[in-house]
Amino acid sequence: MELIKVNQSIEKNADFIKEVGLESGQPVQKCYQCGKCTAGCPVAFAMDYPPQQVIRMVQLGMKDELLKSNTIWICSTCHTCSTRCPCEVEITHVMDTLRIMAGKSGATPAGKAKYVETMYNALLSTVKSYGRTYEVGLVLQNNLKSGKLFNGADMGMPMFQKGKLQLMPSKIQGAAEVARIFDEVRKMEGGVK
Amino acid sequence: MKYAYFPGCSYHGTGKEYESSTQAVAKKLGMELVTIPDWSCCGATASHGKSHLLNVALPARSLGIAEEMGMDVTTGCAACYQQLAHANHKMAEDAGIREKVNKIISKPYNGTLKVKSLVEAVGTVDPETIKAQIVKPLTGLKVAAYYGCLLVRPQKITGFDDPEKPMFMDNLMTLAGAEALDWAHKTECCGASLGISNLDIAVRLINKIIKAAVESGADCFVVACPFCHLNIDWHQKNVNKKLGTSYDIPVFYFTELLGLAMGLSPDELGLKTHFTDTQKVLSLVG
Repeated sequence: MELIKVNQSIEKNADFIKEVGLESGQPVQKCYQCGKCTAGCPVAFAMDYPPQQVIRMVQLGMKDELLKSNTIWICSTCHTCSTRCPCEVEITHVMDTLRIMAGKSGATPAGKAKYVETMYNALLSTVKSYGRTYEVGLVLQNNLKSGKLFNGADMGMPMFQKGKLQLMPSKIQGAAEVARIFDEVRKMEGGVK
Repeated sequence: MKYAYFPGCSYHGTGKEYESSTQAVAKKLGMELVTIPDWSCCGATASHGKSHLLNVALPARSLGIAEEMGMDVTTGCAACYQQLAHANHKMAEDAGIREKVNKIISKPYNGTLKVKSLVEAVGTVDPETIKAQIVKPLTGLKVAAYYGCLLVRPQKITGFDDPEKPMFMDNLMTLAGAEALDWAHKTECCGASLGISNLDIAVRLINKIIKAAVESGADCFVVACPFCHLNIDWHQKNVNKKLGTSYDIPVFYFTELLGLAMGLSPDELGLKTHFTDTQKVLSLVG
């Protein structure tokens, strides 16, 4: 890791620190690094920075490192950390906020993080088209975009045989309204595909 | 008891046995589930990572329709519940977001309803009413009640049960005559959609949960979420393949086991569409 001059990043990224606090609604500055969040995090082993470090990095204004980290995508948003935090920082909301900021900044997640982002986009694009999640469409689109063409391919036939695979999407009457919600949100705040 | 019912997008797909067993058990309990007309996706595990506004607006569309019906909302899926309950909280508490959301959904939502998970809705039925329906008690069946994350956390949003040691499903299983085990991983995360995006991460999480249940002596899992079910039921074989384990433990929705104890047939409840073999548990309880 390259050397970071902490005082400089706090000054340079003061707006970022403020924005994370405001957007997430969380008292990030209260964190005193007890580490309870990391101890209970089920996916910390797969993260480049564990949750406790993410909060410290927000306090220090380490914007670029955070928005490029895989942590903000790997977080499964299980709320274990939020439930246990003695300072009542809902870390899950901080993770969501950083993810949203990363999406808007145009940062391109790589590796495991990219697979998560691709899955989000695939799911939401089926919702935008049909008003509901279309499971088959989600998996197909996810595999095409992630390059993992045969991801979950072993599920197809058994799911079909058990009658759990809806080959065609069911489009709701209000699908156009749902699509409009996506468009309006994009107009209001930008960044949502 | 009458609820505006939100089926959730997996209701006719991966979670279809949850839907059929929910309908059958609700009927037995005299609980009327009125489907919210033209309900739409709650945003699932994706919208909260895309936009705070979208994340409230998607579930609020269905809540607005339910408000017109004048009934509190219930849903079986833990993820849908989390999304609906979170949006409900935001729409009731945050006038700024309420105003923005109500501009972009067709039926404005004023935050007047309660959103309950199906576990809460069934778990708050008078125990005597439930007991009166139990004709085939699940005597001798040891169950590990697995709640996962989104049913009981964060407590500010969910609130009906303890976030670390929940008991609602355990109590229902006890009423059905089963033995609900005290075990360690009741609320550990199964990885949810990491099962699709990053299976190598998810199998490690699923393995820990299955290991804890098996070591506590469980005959089966009981769950209340289609994603938990998919991950533990379907991906159990991937855990075995990737980590060299040899688990073979069935995973039931709480409504399936309640339904069995109420004398409903395995076919009616959808017990034949599981991936892990349910037969050994079915023969245990006759």
